[in-house]
Amino acid sequence: MATNFAIESQAVQPGIALPAPVPEARPVIELDHIHKIYTMGDVEVHALRGVSLTIREGEFVAIMGASGSGKSTTMNIIGCLDRPTRGTYILDGEDVSQMSKDERADIRCQKIGFVFQGFNLLSRTSALENVELPMLYLGVDSAQRHQRAMEALAAVGLAGREQNHPNQLSGGQQQRVAVARSLVNNPALILADEPTGNLDSRTSVEVMEIFQRLNRERGITLVLVTHEPDIAEYADRVIVFKDGKIKSDHPVEHRRSAAEELKNLPVIDDEDDDEE
Amino acid sequence: MNLLMIIRVAFRALVRNKMRAALTMLGIIIGVSAVIAMVSIGQGASASVQAQIESIGTNLLFVSAGAQNVGGVRSGTGDTGTNTLTVEDLDAIKREVPSVSMVTPNVNARSQLVAGNMNWNTAVTGVSEEYPEIRKWPVATGSFFTDSDVRTAARVIVIGQTLADNLFPGADPIGQDLRVQNLPFRIVGVMNRKGQDPQGRDQDDVAFAPYTTVQKKILGRDRIQIAFVSAISQDATYTAQSQITELLRQRHKLTASEPNDFTVRNMTDVAEAANETSKTMTILLACIAGVSLLVGGIGIMNIMLVSVTERTREIGIRMAIGARSSAVRSQFLIESIVLSLTGGTVGIVLGVVLSLAIPAFLGWPTLVSMMAIVGSVLFSAAVGIFFGYYPARKAASLDPIEALRYE
Repeated sequence: MATNFAIESQAVQPGIALPAPVPEARPVIELDHIHKIYTMGDVEVHALRGVSLTIREGEFVAIMGASGSGKSTTMNIIGCLDRPTRGTYILDGEDVSQMSKDERADIRCQKIGFVFQGFNLLSRTSALENVELPMLYLGVDSAQRHQRAMEALAAVGLAGREQNHPNQLSGGQQQRVAVARSLVNNPALILADEPTGNLDSRTSVEVMEIFQRLNRERGITLVLVTHEPDIAEYADRVIVFKDGKIKSDHPVEHRRSAAEELKNLPVIDDEDDDEE
Repeated sequence: MNLLMIIRVAFRALVRNKMRAALTMLGIIIGVSAVIAMVSIGQGASASVQAQIESIGTNLLFVSAGAQNVGGVRSGTGDTGTNTLTVEDLDAIKREVPSVSMVTPNVNARSQLVAGNMNWNTAVTGVSEEYPEIRKWPVATGSFFTDSDVRTAARVIVIGQTLADNLFPGADPIGQDLRVQNLPFRIVGVMNRKGQDPQGRDQDDVAFAPYTTVQKKILGRDRIQIAFVSAISQDATYTAQSQITELLRQRHKLTASEPNDFTVRNMTDVAEAANETSKTMTILLACIAGVSLLVGGIGIMNIMLVSVTERTREIGIRMAIGARSSAVRSQFLIESIVLSLTGGTVGIVLGVVLSLAIPAFLGWPTLVSMMAIVGSVLFSAAVGIFFGYYPARKAASLDPIEALRYE
C-alpha cells in the first residue's frame, strides 16, 4: 500500500517554494509551430497560429487565456484528442502529430491522464471501477487492476471509499477519483482541464494539494488549463494564450503551496474529513 | 482490450440499467417464446396427423367413385349420383389383384338412431366384416359382424363408444336393440375408443352395419362411394394402386384417351398431403411469430440508439482515457447481443413452458422442436448483431472532444 502517498503525508514537507525543474530534464511535450485551422462552412478559423513550446519532465504548467485564445485547442492537441493542421508534436519522444484515431487512443491510454472540470466519472459505477477503467483498455489483468486502483485511490485520500458510486461522493471526492483514474496507468503527463471549475475554494485547494504532491513526490508532469489566475499560481510555470498564440510564458514567482494553505483554512464540516 | 473484457464492460453497462435492459429484452422474449410455441403447435399437429395415419396403417388404399383430383369441374364424390364403383368392382379387386389382401366398401347413411327413449343422429357406415382389420380398429366388447351377416344383409350393428355412452348410459349395449330408420338392429359389438382426430372430430361417433344391409335396407340403392383396400404390405401399396387402376379401367371399359372415373389413393400420398398442410401451417405460424421477433429486434435498435445518445458523454470519457473506436463499437455491439441472447434464453424457457402448458389448457398437441430452439437462439443473436450494429457504429464514430462536451 502506498502509504507514503496517503493524505497524511502532507505534513512531511510543509509548503516551501518547490525547486524549479532541472533545465536538463527530458522534454515530455514538444510543440513545434503548431497551426490549427477549423473549417466552418466557407469560413476558416485559425485557432492556433504557430504555437511552439516545450514542457519538460516534472514541470507543473498552467495554461491560461480567455475563451477563444486557443488554450482549449492546445489542450486538445496536447491531449491527443485532436491533431494539428500543421506543425509537429512530439510527446514523450514520439511524434504523434499525424497519428490515426486509434493510435492516438492508444497514446492517450498509455501516456496521458485526464482530469476534467465536470469530473467525467461513469455514473452508477463504483469509484474503484472508474479508476480501473483506463487499465481495462490497456489490458491489465484483473488482480493487478484491483491492486493498482486501490493504491491510486489511497494516494488521493479515498481509501475506504472504493465502493461508493459518484452520486455518493462530494464534488471534491469525485474529482479525486478522477485524479486517481488519471494517474493509474502511470502516464507521462496529466492534463487537467479546469479541474477546480466546479469546486468551492476549499475543495479546490485540496485538489491542488494533490496535484502539487503528485508533481513533487512522483515527478509527474502536469499541465493545468485554467482561467483563474490564483489557481495558476499553484503551478510553477504559467503560459498565457491570446489569439491563437503564446502571449507570455514565465515561471511563477510567488508559488502558492496548497498544503500550507490548507493548514490555515478553517476545517469545514466535510464528510471526507469526518472519515479521517 | 480482449473480448472477455469487452463482454464484461457490456455486462456492467447493462446491469447499471436493469429496468431498461429488461424491457428491451421483453420484445425478444415474447418473439422467441412465440416462435417456439407456434412451431411446437405446428409440429404437434403434424405429429398427431402422422400418428393417426400410422395407426390406420400405411398399407391402406382408398378407392373412390368419380375422378376426384382432376381440377375444378369434375371433382367431388359427394352424393351426386356418381355410380362408377360397384360391389362387383370390389369383388374383382379382391379376387384379381394379387397385392391386395382385404377390401371393404364404406357406405354412409346419415340416420336417426333410437334406443328406448334415447335417440342420436349419426352416420351408419356400411362395411364388410374385414373392416376392423383393415382399419386396425378392433372391437372393445362383443364382436364385429361376420361374412354371413354381410351375405344375408343381417340387421346387426356395431356402435362407437360415443353412441354407447349416449344411448346406453351405464348399461351394456351388447344384445340390445337399436332402431335405425325404424328398423330394429341388434347391437353385436362396441368399437374401441379412438378419441378425436387432428381436426377435432369425434371418431367414436360411429355405427357400423354390413354394407349389404345399409345398401338395401337403409339407403335403398347399391352404389359405393368409397372403399378401403388393404395391400399385402406397405411396399405393395404402389403396385396395388397401379394394378387396381388398371383393373378398374378395364372393367369400366375406358379407352386410353378417357380419364379415370374413379380414384385410387394410397395412404402414403395422403400422409404426404397432410404433412404438407401441417408444414404450411407451421411455417405460417412461425412467420407470424417471427414478425414479433423482428419487432423485438427493432426495439433493441431503438433502445441502443437512445442509449448511445444518452451515453455520449460516457463514450467521450471512454475514448479520452484510451478506448479505441473498435472497443467502443464492440462494447455496444456486445451489449445488444447480450440483450438479445439473454432475451432469447428467457424466451426459450418461456416458449418451452408454454408449449408444455398448451396441451393442458387448450387441448392441442404440441411437440417442442430442437430446431425451433436452435433457430431462435441463432435468430436472436442475429437480431442483436443486425440491430446493434448501426447504433454501435454510431457510438464508435463519435469525436471524443464533441462527446465530452455533450450535455
